[in-house]
Amino acid sequence: MADRPVLSLVNLRKAYGALVVTDDVSLDIPAGEFHAVIGPNGAGKTTLIHQISGLAPSDSGQILLDGQDVTRLSMPQRVSRGLVRSFQITSILPGFSALENVALAVQARSGSSFRFFGDAAKEEALNHPARAALAEVGLEARMHMRASLLSHGEKRQLELAIALAAQPRVMLLDEPLAGTGHEESEALIALMKRLKGRATILLVEHDMEAVFALADRVSVLVYGRVIASGPPQAVRENAEVRAAYLGEEELA
Amino acid sequence: MSAPAHSAAPPAPSMPTRRPVWAREALAVALFLALALIPFAAALGAESYLLSLCTRVVIFGIAALSLDLILGYGALVSFGHAAFLGMGAYAVGILSSHGIKDASLQLPAALAASALFALVTGALSLRAKGVYFIMITLAFGQMAFFLAVSLAAYGGDDGMTLSGRSRLFGFEWIKGDRAFYYVSLGFLVVCYALCRSLVASRFGRVIRGARENPVRMEAVGFPLFRYQLAIYVVAGAMCGLAGFLLANQAEFVSPAYMTWQRSGELIVMVVLGGLGSLHGAIIGAAAFLLLEEWLSGFTEHWKLIFGPFLVLVVLFARGGILGALDRVPGFRRWRGGHG
Ligand SMILES: Nc1ncnc2c1ncn2[C@@H]1O[C@H](COP(=O)(O)OP(=O)(O)OP(=O)(O)O)[C@@H](O)[C@H]1O
Ligand SMILES: [Mg+2]
Repeated sequence: MADRPVLSLVNLRKAYGALVVTDDVSLDIPAGEFHAVIGPNGAGKTTLIHQISGLAPSDSGQILLDGQDVTRLSMPQRVSRGLVRSFQITSILPGFSALENVALAVQARSGSSFRFFGDAAKEEALNHPARAALAEVGLEARMHMRASLLSHGEKRQLELAIALAAQPRVMLLDEPLAGTGHEESEALIALMKRLKGRATILLVEHDMEAVFALADRVSVLVYGRVIASGPPQAVRENAEVRAAYLGEEELA
Repeated sequence: MSAPAHSAAPPAPSMPTRRPVWAREALAVALFLALALIPFAAALGAESYLLSLCTRVVIFGIAALSLDLILGYGALVSFGHAAFLGMGAYAVGILSSHGIKDASLQLPAALAASALFALVTGALSLRAKGVYFIMITLAFGQMAFFLAVSLAAYGGDDGMTLSGRSRLFGFEWIKGDRAFYYVSLGFLVVCYALCRSLVASRFGRVIRGARENPVRMEAVGFPLFRYQLAIYVVAGAMCGLAGFLLANQAEFVSPAYMTWQRSGELIVMVVLGGLGSLHGAIIGAAAFLLLEEWLSGFTEHWKLIFGPFLVLVVLFARGGILGALDRVPGFRRWRGGHG
């Protein structure tokens, strides 16, 4: 595992009016690291992911991907460099089949989409990797179903399959376990374990058990500030973290 | 699209069925066959009247198809689409007033003028979203209208009469009304086939995806602006073709082709027929023009009936005429389930 950071945040800031949501965040994530960001509701975790992925602009600071400044790039430009995200609030194409939702992510990275002839839905070169991604999240049996008809948990799995199919080098996952049932969440945690090392991952998650089982390092975000960052055990024992965020019993 | 479920219990994954093209396009084939038979029915009586009405149906069918691409498939509400009709029509009028009467020059000019207008106005208006997009396209439409009014050399307000229909390499190919009708119908069939291919292609899938959830599409890596601009240009050029035909049908061009009311009528046609299905646009254009003709035969206040009728269709027949037909058991499956 190389030490050169794949993703660096340098003094990142963002405010909504008077509310500072991202307050001078700096973070280096080396290649292959599984990095978890935890913090109470409203701490600014989702906003941080919006900024890194390019969905929301930053007021100041820099985002470096492989040492290159991507702060001003659009979301699609960042995706083409391998920076892919998932959404806390499920974001899928409700009228498309599960397979087509994922096949579109494959299509985005497979040659030109300025092709006006030929049925895209029948392109095996797109459907094959899409089926593989669906199989990885355990949704293969549902591939021809309209995405809007999937259960909530299945939509969460689909969300992850779409991100996987984009073949990210850096993956930003915003609470992939939120709203999933026990079995689904076990399966997703197992999947994230398999992803470890394959991609650099920044995971936002409230499920502490999952975080401490998966993360190489953990950062704690409170009111937009990183108050602690380090190996899970150190963060778990950090007095400031205990005081500011985590209940003693949660960490026990 | 999916195989019929045999039990109500857990919805089984269904394989999309593929049927031969004539079966998937049953409705389109039926529509085009009916249109192709019109001249024979017309020959039984009132030929020129019926033929000219149906020629308008075909021409506006092309215009409505082109609008369905951006409105139905792209969810881009363009309120200035009639401007492209005008671009195509004026290309014919202006060239022919300078003695250039050959379609081999007029048609490319009509397509190029409308495509260029779409490229410039699309690049500016697609930066805006929602209601702002509607207002900007309306503004560009009005700009084109007033430009035509100000063209004193080409009839200004009154428009200008052409000295005859376009020729093709000197040959008077569409002089006769029947020949002109079949040529127009041929263009409609070609446009339909092009649109059908387009919406199923990789490109069309990006457009359809952006209609459902633009943020998701950008998050998997599609820069949507360039795709939406491209479909705007394709639609503009196709509507320019309709303008080329309209000028030839009437042997007349005037700014009246590009009023905002005309843009509104095009939207009504697409919504009335059923958005985002392509057949719906053709059915809507036909229904609109036939109803207009029929009602205006009763009373000069026909718009008082037509207006409320449209409101009722929009309120109660969601999905327009095609949506209403789809509720007839078996119809949707028969027609192939597009849209
Ligand atoms: N578009 C917006 N406009 C104004 N305020 C916003 C906006 N988006 C988020 N906020 C505010 O910014 C703060 C951080 O929100 P954010 O969604 O980033 O928190 P979070 O850490 O992801 O919370 P959760 O754990 O509930 O998902 C909250 O106080 C929220 O109300
Ligand atoms: Mg959040």
